[in-house]
Amino acid sequence: MTPKAPRFNNCAVLSPQQLDQLLQVLIKRDYEVLGPTIREGAVVYDHVDSTKDLPAGWTDEQAGGKYRLKRREDDALFGFVVGPHSWKKYVFPPAMRLWQAHRSDGLFQIVPETRKATKFAFIGVRACELHALSIQDKVFLKGPYVDTVYKLHRENIFIVAVDCVQAGGTCFCASMNTGPKAAAGFDVALTEVLHEGRHHFIVRMGTKAGADLMSQVPHEEATAADVEFAENLVAEAAKHMGRSLDVNGIKEILYRNIEHVRWDQVADRCLSCSNCTMVCPTCFCSTVEDLTDLSGQQAERWRKWDSCFTTDFSYIHGSSVRSTPRSKYRQWMMHKLAYWIDQFGTSGCVGCGRCITWCPVGIDITEEARVIREGETLASAAG
Amino acid sequence: MATMIENEVPQGLNADPMIPQLYRIDRVRDETDDTFTLSLVPENGEAKISFLPGQFNMLYVFGTGEVPISISGNPAMTSVLEHTTRSVGIVTKAMGLLKPGDQIGVRGPFGSHWPLNEENGRDFVIISGGIGLAPLRPVLYFLMAQREKYRKIVLLYGARAPEDILFKKELERWRGKFDLEVQVTVDRAASGWRGNVGVVTPLVARAPFDPSNTVALLCGPEVMMRYAVMELQKRGVPHDRMYLSMERNMRCALGYCGHCQYGPGFVCKDGPVYRFDQIASVFGKSEV
Amino acid sequence: MIHTLESVIREHPFFQDFPEKHLAFITGCAKNVQFPEKHFIFLEGDPADEFYFIRGGMVSVELVIPHLGPTTVQTVGEGEILGWSWVSPPYRWHFNAKTLKRTRALVFDGKCLRAKCEEDHDLGFEMLKRFASIITSRLDATRLQLLDIYGHND
Repeated sequence: MTPKAPRFNNCAVLSPQQLDQLLQVLIKRDYEVLGPTIREGAVVYDHVDSTKDLPAGWTDEQAGGKYRLKRREDDALFGFVVGPHSWKKYVFPPAMRLWQAHRSDGLFQIVPETRKATKFAFIGVRACELHALSIQDKVFLKGPYVDTVYKLHRENIFIVAVDCVQAGGTCFCASMNTGPKAAAGFDVALTEVLHEGRHHFIVRMGTKAGADLMSQVPHEEATAADVEFAENLVAEAAKHMGRSLDVNGIKEILYRNIEHVRWDQVADRCLSCSNCTMVCPTCFCSTVEDLTDLSGQQAERWRKWDSCFTTDFSYIHGSSVRSTPRSKYRQWMMHKLAYWIDQFGTSGCVGCGRCITWCPVGIDITEEARVIREGETLASAAG
Repeated sequence: MATMIENEVPQGLNADPMIPQLYRIDRVRDETDDTFTLSLVPENGEAKISFLPGQFNMLYVFGTGEVPISISGNPAMTSVLEHTTRSVGIVTKAMGLLKPGDQIGVRGPFGSHWPLNEENGRDFVIISGGIGLAPLRPVLYFLMAQREKYRKIVLLYGARAPEDILFKKELERWRGKFDLEVQVTVDRAASGWRGNVGVVTPLVARAPFDPSNTVALLCGPEVMMRYAVMELQKRGVPHDRMYLSMERNMRCALGYCGHCQYGPGFVCKDGPVYRFDQIASVFGKSEV
Repeated sequence: MIHTLESVIREHPFFQDFPEKHLAFITGCAKNVQFPEKHFIFLEGDPADEFYFIRGGMVSVELVIPHLGPTTVQTVGEGEILGWSWVSPPYRWHFNAKTLKRTRALVFDGKCLRAKCEEDHDLGFEMLKRFASIITSRLDATRLQLLDIYGHND
């Protein structure tokens, strides 16, 4: 799915203070440092000036339609999983102006938006999110056309990944083969270890840029035992996923069941609210809005996140192709788990569980997939 | 981690494919009550128009919005771009009010095209309905320009009423001059209409073409194409020689706004023209 | 090349795989006819005792609507079958059939066929199967026509 990471031997150990120094080096190198922080009762991604802005000592409890922050008994900086935000908001902004146009004497002129290249440093990117970024790269950069905005923001990102040493209630990355260990797509990756009064980070270098940064940060060499201990923590997390999704043959199963009665059943619960698409780290749909001022002489075009759950989404001449919750949910789920594979050669789902947690009625993609799969198994057993 | 970006922007396009190019309206021709053909010339006089039959452009009306419209002109013509459309939504209605000299934004051309060069020596049966004839007009231009390379060419065309028939004069001219078999049928007609009445699909059964050596091109309402495919199947035309032009809500036309998804693909880049076997798994399924 | 009546009938898709033993009888019921332009082949309400293979030309199936005059519901052209009212009581035409051009056809004696079909249900079933498929496709076409698919929905 992702390119193989270059190997840089030897892991390092950072104390929490040294991790803060790492952030300071990034800031000094003109990176806009972004990471998890607490706002409105959730872990969200925002500017961080130092490790003090990270959600130290907090964890999250997640279930279908439920998200709660809770105090931890320790001061872990990354002791939670993923919240409602994903990193896509930085590379694929929720709303942006594409261009403006001015009209005079019946003629008009289009003025493209000028954009400055950004230099983002993402702190605390989870394995599932690394996969999500790589999936969106395929959408925006590897097709016949390159999205200039995405490209501009994506090119200079410095990524500090974090392995998950605990799994959330709606997580299923292990079954999607996308986590919990950050395998590739990062500059440096951390495993946070809190053990017998010690609190430190085991650091793996993923790129030369990562190794170069580490050379500017005081650290110790990790021992084989340190590394093994950290790896065991991650391996343990993999065993405690709140959910799982059997991806074996899932594309073919869904294609065969495009008229399954389950789509009607899920439609009875689905509110078509589009939460799942907004929180999904791979959903990439957008719409454009054309605006004019009152004089009619100034026009603008904006691009905004859109969702396949809106009725307008599939509009053609006077009506929508997909007007029912059944067809909208089916489009979304079949896109994630089936169409995506045909479109981009990879699943569109990374198993982060956000769509389950943030669904107001707790619709669970793993459950929907399981019911359709089991329907086939039962049918073939009976037949 | 920075990502590697190696793609090339397709030739002839602006570096940012979201930015429309300005064209001027040279001529507006009313085809029927509610359909019209715009002839556009690039404001940048050096730009040569180049497209393949079946492709579409995104047309932007200042301040109103942008819509996908198939190209209906002669592919051999490099100075004028033609689009035929029906006033049906806000943007196409605004487009219908444009006059010669007005400007319009154009992005494109986008999408796949009808198979033409690769099908020398075959019969062509072209089945279309309503405004669906517009994206097939470039095909007719192309085939008529090298008529000798093909065998029978049959156009089966359905319209709502005699007054809704598009491109009447051209069809008559081609029929007389180039051995084009044209069968037009209308859903309803007052007395005085001496042609066929009925839907277009039953015409397939008795149309003069050799199913074992025929390419079928279909464009029209999806329900019409469903029945036409069934009729073609009955005649024994193989799935890999039927081509359909599909329509979905194209917004970016670049393959990443998601709106025009049709099952396993995007109509803007995998379509609009599909070989039938590429979409057979979802074709005719409701609300895909 | 001379086409005998039998070979014309045998080669028509309507009679594809028709049992050999009935072909001679069918042929005995058929004869060639020609109609000039604007000729009424039959009129609504008249006895329906035959059906037609259109071999060339075109026929309009019309209904006279009081304030609209004659209105074409459908046209029947070369290779198609015209008329099935002979199959079921009261054996009367439901529409007018008027030629739009000079038209050549084979006309089949429906009265004689009806009697024979009553007698020989094998033949009756073969005929009914074929007419059912024509009626089905006409019904499909009519449904499509009703949908007004070319869209004037605003």
